Amino acid sequence: MDVSLIQSFINLIAVLLLALGIKGLSKVRSAKEANRLAAFAMFLSIIGLLTYYLGKPGEGITQQSWLWIILGSFVGSLFGAILAKRVPMTSMPETVALFNGCGGMSSLLVAIGVIFFQRNETFIQDISILISIFVGSITFSGSIIAMAKLQGWLQTPSWTQSKIRHLINISIAIISLVAFLNLIQSVNTSTIWLLVISSTILGIGVTLPIGGADMPVVISLLNSYSGIAAAAAGFVVGSQLLIVAGAMVGAAGLILTQVMCKGMNRSLVSVLFGGTLSSQIKKLDSGGEYTNITSCSVEECALTLEAANKVIIVPGYGLAVAQAQHTLREVAKILEQNEIDVSYAIHPVAGRMPGHMNVLLAEADVPYEQLKEMDNINPDFPATDVVLVLGANDVVNPQAKSDQNSPLYGMPVLDVQEARTVFVIKRGMSAGYSGIKNDLFDLPNTSMVFGDAKQVLSELMTELKELGVGAK
Amino acid sequence: MDFAQAFWVLLLGSLLGLELIGKVPPTLHTPLMSGANAVSGITMLAALTLIITAKNNLPLLIIGSISLGFALFNVVGGFVVTDRMLAMFNRKPSKKLK
Repeated sequence: MDVSLIQSFINLIAVLLLALGIKGLSKVRSAKEANRLAAFAMFLSIIGLLTYYLGKPGEGITQQSWLWIILGSFVGSLFGAILAKRVPMTSMPETVALFNGCGGMSSLLVAIGVIFFQRNETFIQDISILISIFVGSITFSGSIIAMAKLQGWLQTPSWTQSKIRHLINISIAIISLVAFLNLIQSVNTSTIWLLVISSTILGIGVTLPIGGADMPVVISLLNSYSGIAAAAAGFVVGSQLLIVAGAMVGAAGLILTQVMCKGMNRSLVSVLFGGTLSSQIKKLDSGGEYTNITSCSVEECALTLEAANKVIIVPGYGLAVAQAQHTLREVAKILEQNEIDVSYAIHPVAGRMPGHMNVLLAEADVPYEQLKEMDNINPDFPATDVVLVLGANDVVNPQAKSDQNSPLYGMPVLDVQEARTVFVIKRGMSAGYSGIKNDLFDLPNTSMVFGDAKQVLSELMTELKELGVGAK
Repeated sequence: MDFAQAFWVLLLGSLLGLELIGKVPPTLHTPLMSGANAVSGITMLAALTLIITAKNNLPLLIIGSISLGFALFNVVGGFVVTDRMLAMFNRKPSKKLK
C-alpha cells in the first residue's frame, strides 16, 4: 500500500481523536479521558509522519536527522514534564502562559528556518511564512510578558496607562505592516529581522498595559493565536493535519475568550485597549464613602455559624493569595460534623482564572458536589443562614444589579445579600479589583471580619472547637 | 496540496473548532484552555518535517531541533499539567464511596 495513503489514514484518525478530545474536555465526566485521548492523538500524528518519510521510496530519514530529532524532543519533553509536575496549583495561569509562548516560538522558528533555507518561492508559502512569523512572535512575547506579570516579576508601568501607549503600539504595528508588505514583494534578510523584532515588541506593547485580573482573557486569546500560528505553519510545510488542528485550537480559543469576557462583563476591545479597569474608574468617581460598616470578632462569627443550618462559602482571589483552601476545608469539615449544610458558590470569574477556584478547592479535597455554579446557587441564598465571603469582592457587589450608573452594572453577581447573615472576611476596607465601593459592606446584615483569610479561618476553627462544634 | 484544498481544510477546521465548545461549565475553563494549548503544540510536526527534509544543512537541523524542543515542551507540559488539574476533580467521588 502507498505510504502517503497510510499517513492520510493515520492523520484522519488523529484529527478525529483531537476533535473528540477537545469536545470531551468541555464536560466534567469525560475531561480526564479526553485529555489523554488528545495526547494519544498527538503521538499518533508523529507516528504517521515518521511512517510516511520512512516508507516513501527515495525519502528516508538520515542518521543525522534522527540525532537532532531525539535531542530536541528529549530536552523539550523532559523540561516540559518536570515543570508540569512541579509547579504549584496556584501558579497554573502563568504556567499555561509559558507553555503557550513556547508553542508560538516553535511556529516562529519553523517559519524562519523555511524562509532562509527551504523557500520554494510560491506566493502562498511566502504569505504563510510571514503570517507565521508575525503571529508566532506576538504569541511568544505576549505570553512571556503575561507570565512575568502573573508571577509578579513585572508591574504595570504607569506610562502604559496613558494615551502614549496607543501611539507607540500603532507606530510599531505600522512598522510591522510595512515590513510585511515589503517582504511579500521581495524577501531579504534585514526586513525579515525587522518583522520579527517589530512583532515581538508589538506583543510586549499590547500585553504590558493589561491589568492582572484581565490576564486570563489575554492568555486565552494568545492561546488562540498560537493555534493560528500553527495553522500558518501548516500552510508553510504543506500539512493538512497541522492546518486542521491549528484552526481548531484557534477557533475554540476565540470562543473560550468570548465566554470569559462575558463572565467578567467586559468586551474584548476594552480588555485589549481599555487599560486596567481601576484607572478608568478613578476618573469617573471616587466610589463614595462607607457609612454603615459593622465589624465583628471571630468569636461572634463562630457563634452565628454554630447556630446555622445552611452555610454558603464564597471564595475569591483573596483565598488563593492567602493559600487558605486547606484551612477552609478543615472549618467546613467541623461544620459538617455538626450537621450544617455547607456548599461553595463559585462565580465564573472568581480567582485569577475561570475555574481557578474549582481547581484550588479540589486540591483541598472539597467534594465536587459541594461546588455550585452561580446560576444554580443564587436561588438558595434567601434560605441560607450564613454566607462567608472569603477574599471575594466585586463578584458579590449588589450594585451590579441595582445601580444602573455603576461600571459593574450588568455583570452577573452572587446574591449573597439575600442571606440572613453575611460575614465578609477581608484584610481591610480596600476596594476590589474594579476599584468600586461594595454596597454589600454597608448592609445591616453584613459584618466584616478583618484579617488575613488563613489567619481568620484558623482562629475560627479554634473558636468552633471551643464551642464544642464538631465534637459530636 | 494545492491552495484551494488547503483553504477548505482551514475553513472546515475553524468551523469545527467553533462548534466543539459551545457550552463549557466555568469549572473546566482552565483545564480546557490548558488542553487546547497543548494541542497547539502540533507545530512539532512542522519542526519534524523541517529536520527530516534538512538533509545535511546544519543550521536548518539546529533550528528544527530547537523548534521541536519548544513544541514538545508545550505539548508534554500542557498535557501533564491538564492531567494534574483534572485528576483533582476526579479524585473526589471515588473517595466519597469509601
